[in-house]
Amino acid sequence: MIDVLIIGSGGAGLTAALAAKEAGASVLVVGKSYPTNSQTSMAQGGMNAALGNAGEDHIALHVQDTIKSAHGLCDEDMVRQMCADAPKTIEWLESIGVPFSRLDNDKAGVETVAQRQMGGASAKRACYAQDYTGLKILHTLYDTCLKEKIDFLDEHYFLNLIVKDGIAKGATFLDIRTGEVKQINAKSIIIATGGYASLYHGFTTNAYGSTGDGVAAVLRAGGAVSDMEFIQFHPTALKHSSILISESARGEGGHLLNSEGERFVDELKPRDEVARAIFKELSEDKEVFLDVRHLGEDKLMELLPQEVALCKLHEHIDPAKELIPIKPVAHYSMGGIDVDYALEVTGIKGCFAVGECSNAKVHGANRLGGNSLLEITAFGRFAGENAYKHSIYASTKPDEGRQLQKDRAHIKNIYTQKASVNFYTQREQLGKLFYEKVGIIRENSQLSKALDEVIAMQVLSNKIGIQDKSATNNTNLIDFLEFSNALLLAPTIISAAIARDESRGAHYKVDFKEENEDFRKHIVLQWKRES
Amino acid sequence: MKIKIQRDKSIEEFEVSPSMTLLAALYEIKEDQDASLTFMAGCRASVCGTCAVRVNGKEELACAYKIKGDELVEPLQYHPVLRDLRVDKNRAKETLVKTTAWLHESKEATLTHNDEKLTEKQTDCILCDSCYSACPVYAVNPDFLGPFALTRAYRYTTDKREGDAKAIIDNIQTNGVWDCTLCGECTAVCPKGIDPKMDITMLRGTSLQFGHSDPNFATQSFGTPDFGFDPNGGF
Ligand SMILES: Cc1cc2nc3c(=O)[nH]c(=O)nc-3n(C[C@H](O)[C@H](O)[C@H](O)COP(=O)(O)OP(=O)(O)OC[C@H]3O[C@@H](n4cnc5c(N)ncnc54)[C@H](O)[C@@H]3O)c2cc1C
Ligand code: SF4
Ligand code: SF4
Ligand code: FES
Repeated sequence: MIDVLIIGSGGAGLTAALAAKEAGASVLVVGKSYPTNSQTSMAQGGMNAALGNAGEDHIALHVQDTIKSAHGLCDEDMVRQMCADAPKTIEWLESIGVPFSRLDNDKAGVETVAQRQMGGASAKRACYAQDYTGLKILHTLYDTCLKEKIDFLDEHYFLNLIVKDGIAKGATFLDIRTGEVKQINAKSIIIATGGYASLYHGFTTNAYGSTGDGVAAVLRAGGAVSDMEFIQFHPTALKHSSILISESARGEGGHLLNSEGERFVDELKPRDEVARAIFKELSEDKEVFLDVRHLGEDKLMELLPQEVALCKLHEHIDPAKELIPIKPVAHYSMGGIDVDYALEVTGIKGCFAVGECSNAKVHGANRLGGNSLLEITAFGRFAGENAYKHSIYASTKPDEGRQLQKDRAHIKNIYTQKASVNFYTQREQLGKLFYEKVGIIRENSQLSKALDEVIAMQVLSNKIGIQDKSATNNTNLIDFLEFSNALLLAPTIISAAIARDESRGAHYKVDFKEENEDFRKHIVLQWKRES
Repeated sequence: MKIKIQRDKSIEEFEVSPSMTLLAALYEIKEDQDASLTFMAGCRASVCGTCAVRVNGKEELACAYKIKGDELVEPLQYHPVLRDLRVDKNRAKETLVKTTAWLHESKEATLTHNDEKLTEKQTDCILCDSCYSACPVYAVNPDFLGPFALTRAYRYTTDKREGDAKAIIDNIQTNGVWDCTLCGECTAVCPKGIDPKMDITMLRGTSLQFGHSDPNFATQSFGTPDFGFDPNGGF
């Protein structure tokens, strides 16, 4: 039996795999695509660590900034651990060969790593690799996994956890190529399946697959999720494609204008405030633009070459000459699988969760830019080590396969279900509904309407199904399973948002504009276990 | 606007909205016309490397290609086709293992902005497999290590933190640097502007420094008194 089964092969999964293997575990990493396809590749800006390479900085300041941004909703011990681990995590990344951007300071090793300013940070703290920080970290992790002979099982879609008496025994997967449902037994499991911001389909910077599959699986298996209502919106994404235009566009002097050509907000305010200001303009039927024309073509090509190309391709405009139409969209899910100090899932022993799928309570009500890449690597290692420790004493008695039978039957059922409603239309509807009613500015009456609509969609779910009946390589089926997960998570987000009658960080309610001390707590949700 | 797609059994034509990216068009077809159309995608922002296909015979990222009408879209070459545009990339990824493209012996180094620039381009690689699909060597030698793996080898041998560049160089002699014809097809299709051909040329130089020799050259010079001319270059 495998010691540590890792589900998800993004930055968090790969780091956990390397740490578990280093500790002595046998490891298998399973993912629905190939490791380097993961959303971690999209992170541009940087990864925080108080190295003080570009001016004075201290771990204590990093802790302070993170707590401030979390608006009282983080676990300060977890924040301290993450921030304190940051410098040695960079050291580790340096040792495996991450090609960070460098300073010219005649020094060696991590002391040469360049650092830049990101929003909400009191120092130049974000280590970066040009505008490809996530890409370069992810690929170096992958190369190192190949070096360490980590076993991968690609194109396997995680369906469910196998849990017996509250202990994780393995998981079931759909082999996307063959269509076969398989069971993999393991002594410990790590879930690293990424966030759920893709629920805002059409209104998110995230990749298609960020549908919260792991979060939904934990709920189904009787584990807890928390802080689901906290979703960070990025102020500047392209209007039609929702592709991210990085914060540096504003940092370098870009202006935000409405249809009347007026500036309406201080562009350098925190993400949530800028996003709200833009959303307000949009809901008054105005358009909002990012104006970088005054920077000039040469400077633009030097500072934001990726952005210029994306604008031309997706918006058909030249940012050197024209305004960039933008809108704020869902970017990061702070909430997720509820975990304890060891990153073990609340309610399921032997199952750990790390990365954007988990809620380790380091981001609270609002994530600080650059803290996510830190979390996936620093806590990725921690999860790997803890999962290995658990595996040493775990029982090796394999599960008898009830979940497997259930999941096989479920998939078979999907094939026979008549599809009279196109779920792709529903996916679009859900995204729009969430953006409008469970988005940047919330209101109880709207939230309740959204909940009704989601429940109506769930009721309809016996009418939706797949059109493509092929047994093998069926991506229509995968899209459907992903959508089902999004639909399962939707009410947890809405009901938590309804319950939180206050405004805090990314959660903003017009009926309750202030922070309320009574709500300085996490909303934890768990399904009643069927006996 | 029409596009043609090479599917498992035949080429099919679809009507799609104008001026979109190819990826948006593929989704439009899947969502509204034919849910069985099968392809791969992720970030839609040219960075996850999932969506490469061939458009009119040239490798393109579907998410970065704007359709003009009447294109023929096909799956990548030299990859087993799983279904429609969806291919098996495992064999291509195996080349990274054979190349041993990783940091073999990590040592601390003084690094500067210039050192960063040495491998900045190479580390932009998104492993989209476009270059692999474009490389003509695969028509004759399926075991060729290929452009992206060799670019990655170059990236690590050039890294000042690498304490054992020779280990990598030793592993890219067979089916490696000398099997490339320096045709430049890989360079022509790379969506990230990477130049694997140049990297391979550089690796040949390093190979010679480490005492390896051009096998084509060796067989030619053996038995011919005048040193043979190697059309493949070398150093
Ligand atoms: C555009 C963009 C820019 C960003 N910039 C920054 C930044 O500058 N700094 C920063 O710190 N953070 C940034 N972030 C956030 C950060 O990139 C992510 O939070 C982080 O990479 C998440 O890593 P992860 O490993 O948890 O998940 P992911 O990288 O999303 O990986 C999830 C993995 O799980 C797999 N998976 C998912 N579901 C299943 C399933 N059902 N079965 C099998 N496998 C599954 C996926 O295939 C994937 O391999 C950015 C995010 C975006 C979208
Ligand atoms: S230059 Fe070499 S690696 Fe590149 S396509 Fe030609 S033969 Fe292949
Ligand atoms: S070198 Fe270029 S074409 Fe080849 S895999 Fe990398 S990014 Fe793709
Ligand atoms: S979808 Fe990610 S590169 Fe095209």
